[in-house]
Amino acid sequence: MSKTIKYTLKTAGAAAAIAAVLLTSPAMAGWDGLNLPKGVTELSQEAYRLHMLILYWCIAIAVAVFSVMIYSLVKFRKSQGAVPDKTLLHSTKVEIIWTIIPIVILIFMAIPAARALIKIEDTSNSKLTVLVTGFQWKWKYDYQQEGVSFYSTLDRESDAVRQLHSGKDPSTVQNYLLNVDHPMVVPVNTKVRVLLTAGDVIHAWWVPALGVKKDAIPGFINEVWFDAKEVGVYRGQCTELCGRDHGFMPIVVEVKSQADYEAWLQAQKQPAAATPAPAAETATPAAQ
Amino acid sequence: MSEAHTHNDAAHGQHGHDAHAHDDHGPAKGIGRWLFATNHKDIGTMYLLFSLAMFLIGGLLAMGIRLELLKPGLQWVDPGFFNSLTTVHALLMVFGAVMPAFVGLANWMIPLQVGAPDMALPRMNNFSFWILPFAFTLLIATLFVAGGAPAGGWTLYPPLVLQTADALPMAIFAVHLMGASSIMGSINVIVTIMNMRAPGMSLLKMPLFVWTWLITAYLLIAVMPVLAGAVTMLLTDGFFKTSFFSAAGGGDPVMFQHIFWFFGHPEVYIMILPAFGVVSEIIPTFSRKPLFGYDAMVYATASIAFLSFIVWAHHMFTTGMPLAGEMFFMLSTMLIAIPTGVKVFNWTATMWKGSISFEPPMLFALSFLFLFTIGGFSGLMLAIVPVDFQYHDTYFVVAHFHYVLVPGAVFGIMAGVYYWLPKWTGYMYNMTLAKTHFWLSTIFVNVLFFPQHFLGLAGMPRRIPDYSTQFADWNFVSSIGGFGFGASQLLFVYLIWSCARGGAKATDQVWDANPQGLEWTVASPAPYHSFETPPVVK
Repeated sequence: MSKTIKYTLKTAGAAAAIAAVLLTSPAMAGWDGLNLPKGVTELSQEAYRLHMLILYWCIAIAVAVFSVMIYSLVKFRKSQGAVPDKTLLHSTKVEIIWTIIPIVILIFMAIPAARALIKIEDTSNSKLTVLVTGFQWKWKYDYQQEGVSFYSTLDRESDAVRQLHSGKDPSTVQNYLLNVDHPMVVPVNTKVRVLLTAGDVIHAWWVPALGVKKDAIPGFINEVWFDAKEVGVYRGQCTELCGRDHGFMPIVVEVKSQADYEAWLQAQKQPAAATPAPAAETATPAAQ
Repeated sequence: MSEAHTHNDAAHGQHGHDAHAHDDHGPAKGIGRWLFATNHKDIGTMYLLFSLAMFLIGGLLAMGIRLELLKPGLQWVDPGFFNSLTTVHALLMVFGAVMPAFVGLANWMIPLQVGAPDMALPRMNNFSFWILPFAFTLLIATLFVAGGAPAGGWTLYPPLVLQTADALPMAIFAVHLMGASSIMGSINVIVTIMNMRAPGMSLLKMPLFVWTWLITAYLLIAVMPVLAGAVTMLLTDGFFKTSFFSAAGGGDPVMFQHIFWFFGHPEVYIMILPAFGVVSEIIPTFSRKPLFGYDAMVYATASIAFLSFIVWAHHMFTTGMPLAGEMFFMLSTMLIAIPTGVKVFNWTATMWKGSISFEPPMLFALSFLFLFTIGGFSGLMLAIVPVDFQYHDTYFVVAHFHYVLVPGAVFGIMAGVYYWLPKWTGYMYNMTLAKTHFWLSTIFVNVLFFPQHFLGLAGMPRRIPDYSTQFADWNFVSSIGGFGFGASQLLFVYLIWSCARGGAKATDQVWDANPQGLEWTVASPAPYHSFETPPVVK
């Protein structure tokens, strides 16, 4: 008995040491590259909390279940002279217990999840609506109330480097594949409603830090909302396979102060300042 | 389970002067044995070898995917071809590797386990196998036609899939053929189990592998026609101007997803339930203790099968669904954790107070047990809609389904092969080599897929050929794991080849663990007609 405990402890210690080395190695300092980002909206933070809640439950269950398994594998080895107890066929009591406990845990997960879901689906009382249309392979942003509209495509620098056999080093490009020519701009602390549709095939609009992902479907309109609490630049990508250049239609949302947003809006309204997308591209978005 | 003991020699003695004597002798000579095969073992062997070939070709495509993803930037393939790689890899692995492998195991083992001489419908059995080479020739040929292979993902979502050029009808007909093959295979399994069990083998005395396959067969018959319908609508949308899935003509692209996943989710369980069955045979054997909670295992399998029909839209939470729909599919999906948990607990309880030894089949079953459970946890996380909005279509999902399919379904198959291979060939295989294969596979499969959880959480979408530099480290690790896992499988191929050629003679029981079940009461290799006189099960 004490031998098996020692063995278990030793194994656990070794595993912990390996995990510690992995977690503290410079390549992966902190959790940044490993975990879901907290984000800057109520919804993204809600998602983060739920994610951590479920993750901790899963880890707790895993530790419990795997411990019993490992204990059995160590303790009841034939090579150690273990004799099987063939009378252990079933136990109604135990079986009821291990059916009820998961149900209770699931209820603890389902309640906060359902609450969050109700909040996510409530797009009422938004202050700004932007229509986002997915095309192969770019996004179009329409600020319909403001009469502002523009296309947003992968920035030229990333586009040059990402060509097959370009021979250029992606690490020389800042925000490689996550930068666009014309980002979407929204004011901070404002409930923004995003209407989503597509001109050709299904795309999906995802900005992790805003906690928003929804499909853009040709012929249908989906809606999501976010209310960014911090000024900043937030990046995301198309997340529904949409053809050859699916990996090359990023999303950039710049959250600005109300004043900066107004200034940006004014600049967009000046015909000279706005850079129209090439006519050929705007003319045939729905072809295919 | 039974005292029955049937011997090939004894059977020959009885039937030596029979008018149908030729039936009692061994297999036909030459290629005819395989082309006109009606023997369940020959057909099972063909299924398993075919599946192995598809596993290797699908694996080769996966190596291409991991090679391109080794470093940021595009070094090897065009993005369009990359999409073909992921699409064809998935179709080959799902329909070509995993499903035929289980049908192969069913063919070999169901008659042996229920005490029957063969499958009930041997000619249909032949037909259902021989469709497959044609189906997969069609599918693989798409890689060489104008416009390239299908590149819209194995889920074939319109409108994207309709942009496929010449390959579209080929892929659709290939899917039709695979479906027809699966349905025939399933009918055969059901008829065999229902009608050809040995006297005394009531349903609740059947081995778990037979039970899980019975349930799987019903799932297949229920959902393969649904897939056939969906792809036929794609075909008419593509070539006959219908608009089932085109909003411009009054259709709905999301309807395809509903129909597809009504097939697709049961399909997920089609690929895992027989693995549950295999593991439920192996763990008791090498724990030297009967399966804990046999009845509960059967009911849990049936519950999972039922639930599989009412959870399909959890693959589509981001398509925009009413709140009530999201709630329903979230809660129904969470329910699956309960019967799945029951299964894991029962396997654990089977080992509890057992006398455990670590032969290769047991090692793979244990790896299955631990790693499938990890895939189960990430599945539960994905069910939670508010967070699924973050996980959906990222590498987190890729990690999840590869955990349930590779160390889940594929390790289940490998465990089964290592368990029954001596019964098939009559020879023991090289245990050291098999254990080496196990350790390499288990280590590399984790190096390959575990970091993909991190990639997904950090924001890397799936199905992209190139990525932002922040994802470089874990992609590199994952690719190294991929190459290692791929190379390790060559050991598996060598091992099967050498075991078929010879080795230490296997005993009837094969394992020094008193394995239970009728298959261990016949000689090794199993006689050509399995049980010529039905054994009696007490």
